[in-house]
Amino acid sequence: MGMGIRKAIYIPFSQGTPNIYTIDKEHCPKLIKDKCGLCEKICPTGAINYQQKEQEVQLEVGAIVVAVGFDSFLPRSLTNLGFGRYKDVVTSLQYERLSSASGPTGGHLVRPSNGEEAKRIAFIHCVGSRDVKNREFCSSVCCMYATKEAVIAKSHNKEIDTTVFFMDMRSFGKEFDQYILRAKKDYGVRYIRSKVSSVSQSNTSDRLTLRYSTEEGPPEEEEFDLVVLAGGLHRQTGSSEIAELLGIELNRYGFCSTIPFDSVETGKAGIFVCGAFQEPKDIPETVTQSSAAAARVSALLRPPRCKPAEEGAYPPEIDITKQPPRIGVFVCRCGTNIGDFVNVPEVVEYARSLPYVVYAEENLYSCSQDAQERIKDKIQENKLNRVVVASCTPRTHQPLFQETLRQAGLNKYLFEMANIREQCSWVHMSQPEEATQKAKDLTRMAVARAQILQPLVEVPAEIIPKGLVIGGGLAGTTAALSLAEQGYKAYLVEKEAELGGNFRRLKFSLPLDDDPQKYLQSLIEKVESNDLVEVYTEAEIKEVAGFIGNFQTTVLHKGKEVKLDHGAIIVATGGVELKPPEYLYGKDERVVTGQEFEELLARDDGRIGESRAIAIILCVGSREKERPYCSRICCLHALKTALKLRRGYPDLQVFIIYKDIITYGFKEEYYRRAREEGVIFLRYDDDHKPSLLKEGDRLKLTHRVQALGGEEIVLYPDMIILNAAIIPRDNSSLAKMLKVPLTGDGFFLEAHMKLRPVEFATDGVFLCGLAHSPKSAEESITQAHAAASRAVSLLSQTTIEAPAVIAEVDEERCRACGKCVEVCEYSAPELVDVGEGRKAARINPLLCKGCGACPVLCPSSAITLRHFTSGQIISMIDAALKVAT
Amino acid sequence: MPEFEPRIICFACNWCSYPGADLAGVSRIQYPPNARIIRTMCSARVSPVFVLRAFQQGADGVLVTGCHIGDCHYISGNERAEENIKRTAELLDLLGIGKERLRLEWVSAGEGGRFAEVMTSFVEQIKKLGKLKLKEI
Repeated sequence: MGMGIRKAIYIPFSQGTPNIYTIDKEHCPKLIKDKCGLCEKICPTGAINYQQKEQEVQLEVGAIVVAVGFDSFLPRSLTNLGFGRYKDVVTSLQYERLSSASGPTGGHLVRPSNGEEAKRIAFIHCVGSRDVKNREFCSSVCCMYATKEAVIAKSHNKEIDTTVFFMDMRSFGKEFDQYILRAKKDYGVRYIRSKVSSVSQSNTSDRLTLRYSTEEGPPEEEEFDLVVLAGGLHRQTGSSEIAELLGIELNRYGFCSTIPFDSVETGKAGIFVCGAFQEPKDIPETVTQSSAAAARVSALLRPPRCKPAEEGAYPPEIDITKQPPRIGVFVCRCGTNIGDFVNVPEVVEYARSLPYVVYAEENLYSCSQDAQERIKDKIQENKLNRVVVASCTPRTHQPLFQETLRQAGLNKYLFEMANIREQCSWVHMSQPEEATQKAKDLTRMAVARAQILQPLVEVPAEIIPKGLVIGGGLAGTTAALSLAEQGYKAYLVEKEAELGGNFRRLKFSLPLDDDPQKYLQSLIEKVESNDLVEVYTEAEIKEVAGFIGNFQTTVLHKGKEVKLDHGAIIVATGGVELKPPEYLYGKDERVVTGQEFEELLARDDGRIGESRAIAIILCVGSREKERPYCSRICCLHALKTALKLRRGYPDLQVFIIYKDIITYGFKEEYYRRAREEGVIFLRYDDDHKPSLLKEGDRLKLTHRVQALGGEEIVLYPDMIILNAAIIPRDNSSLAKMLKVPLTGDGFFLEAHMKLRPVEFATDGVFLCGLAHSPKSAEESITQAHAAASRAVSLLSQTTIEAPAVIAEVDEERCRACGKCVEVCEYSAPELVDVGEGRKAARINPLLCKGCGACPVLCPSSAITLRHFTSGQIISMIDAALKVAT
Repeated sequence: MPEFEPRIICFACNWCSYPGADLAGVSRIQYPPNARIIRTMCSARVSPVFVLRAFQQGADGVLVTGCHIGDCHYISGNERAEENIKRTAELLDLLGIGKERLRLEWVSAGEGGRFAEVMTSFVEQIKKLGKLKLKEI
């Protein structure tokens, strides 16, 4: 990004995988003018190859997934914002580098112009987005990332003043509004609803002057040290070439077009799309959509099904239980990374002196392929039964070495690592003696633990290749069909008599010519004609037993109990529209909810034709103290209704009364259209909600107009539409049955909001639709495919290995106090009868996650956590504190 | 006389604090070399027994690190750790070791800098307290 200096051979990302060097072919003297060549000469492993060329590879495939992403928008054309003219005007990506510990300033927020600390930072939203002339769409992610960046500045130094200049706060994702509230309240980030007209620098000051106008008053000016432009997501460079090559359509912004209600289907058979190339989107939606694309490919390519790769055949495991420990220690130089700061030969020599160590050596790279062969040889030669590698972090390299042990016939749990790179050579670079001493200590600790490591067995359990889908709304029905289309039996349980849920009540969509009911009809027909889907309507879940791969669920179906066995569960219990307790709802029949009005509109209810003015109020029950979240679809619903009304009833006045208009992605276009077609937008804020009273026979709506200095206007609409919040169903009992958590708002809480958006932390249970959070029909469909995709990746394995690092109970010592049952978040321990009227705790190995909370709290020391036993941890403590000689 | 160099045992959880320490390394953030890190899957695994053992074996300080509240890989393990460490600290006061020699800190996987800061400040704190002299029992 031109912010710092790097060499022509460099590591692109410090946390990248693989974390290796690459050559910048535009700047490498060897590649440009055949000079230098130093890296080839000094590379100890001979990894440099200047002759490497691009190769053409031909692959025969049955499906293609296009995931070419986006380009970040560089605000060069926006000269009024000073980018390119002033060094202290940076893009958000440059700011990310400035605030990153591995960035050019080591994470110090300084002004690029003079290196001084930035004390006042401005963030300008919608740079290159929502610009009717050039890029009309909303980039969907900038509101949140700019807030995150402001919070980073604040947590870096509370004294930094951060101001966010925004148009609408589009915090529409799950728990996003709460994040904004925290940014305001806990961090003191200042938000100004405004439009910034210019950034300039006067002759007298080196600070930047930002000129902006708010709704209320005349333009204002403020000075800042650093201005961050929250640039949007732009079409991928070369997207037209890609589209032409694949024969797929692009929309007018250069992103990939998709068919109605289906965000991954390009319209060309066998070619699917996912990620920001389809529409700008955040991480969870991207991860979800990629899983959805995978589901579609999986359905298309079957049969024959791709089987999971066969495991490499391992030699039979050597029984070491009766052998005394024979430990081999391999100390890695990691090139110069360890070797330059830690005296590796000294560590090796020291390792040889430790008890039970029968072999020790150093490696240039212990992780290299030839080193694996060497380790295997040395295991055999020296009859090693424990291996210690002193190198880097076990979090990345332990699996590799464990694989080597398995290939040499050793159980993989007979391995231990000492992290002498991240914990020694890299953090004590100027203290080689101390670093070496610490490396010896860490090696001694690892050897001490290795002596008492025990082999562990991962018991395989069979997986029942069937899925249960709870909820037969749009998401659940789609998920069940997706499972079936991928070749797996799906049980679909719905409490109503018909499938479809809320989607049954959706009569129109945007664009207005898409027909939701036609889509639903065809979906239900597909489900009914697919033998692999077994539908239970008027049914509910009574009990869920079992665990990943092996669930037994009791369903109450039309008064009768049905027992179903299955390997995975998809939760799709949906949500409901709030019945608002305000705005005369329920007291005056002219006040209706959005969902109710849609039905009136669909049947051309006479009251609409008689009306002269209709007002739609947004955020009714959403984004308020009681429900601090955005219901995500109400804005678009309002625009849809307004456009439909303006077209069907040209004389009717339509008002939309809103807090922020949240038309993310390409939906922004409908916001413009509604304005063009004469819909009147009136904004309110939390402190001044509109009031609705009955005045005689009329409905009197009073609204305070911010732009007129708080002056009030009064409307007399004939009907009021309340676009009310989407609220979760009462999920508490199902959540308990499935041992999955809920959010504070009552929606289900997934394993990881960004990276594991459709699965629960409880293995084998997945999530989609409104039960997860408010979302559009198209988003529900995508998420349903994603959940099915994740479920199939489980169901397609025939067996699952139960984790071996788990707690176990010594039933003789257990006094059945129930402490472990109480503390466990996963209900792994339960009290069972062990005969003679005695009870004891027993831990289900398939539910235990191996956290180790229960052994600590067990008052009778009856619980052991395998692989992290008290004895093993104490051996390390003792070894660490033994005075080294 | 050379400056007193305290001996410290640091427990780090597998999901946040241990990777936080890794990130300090990857980012080459320097900190004093006094501590020896022991990895546990969760901070809830750190038993009062381990803490007492460390002091008995000659540690001058014990630092326990885990995920920030709300971020625990095991939902609420760090809340357990908080309770366990609080009670252990009381015990340390009772034993005359002093609760200042035990510290619990939250360090996320992305907070390499914070890991180094915590380590530096804890070493400083223990240096000020001086070498631990266990009371005769």
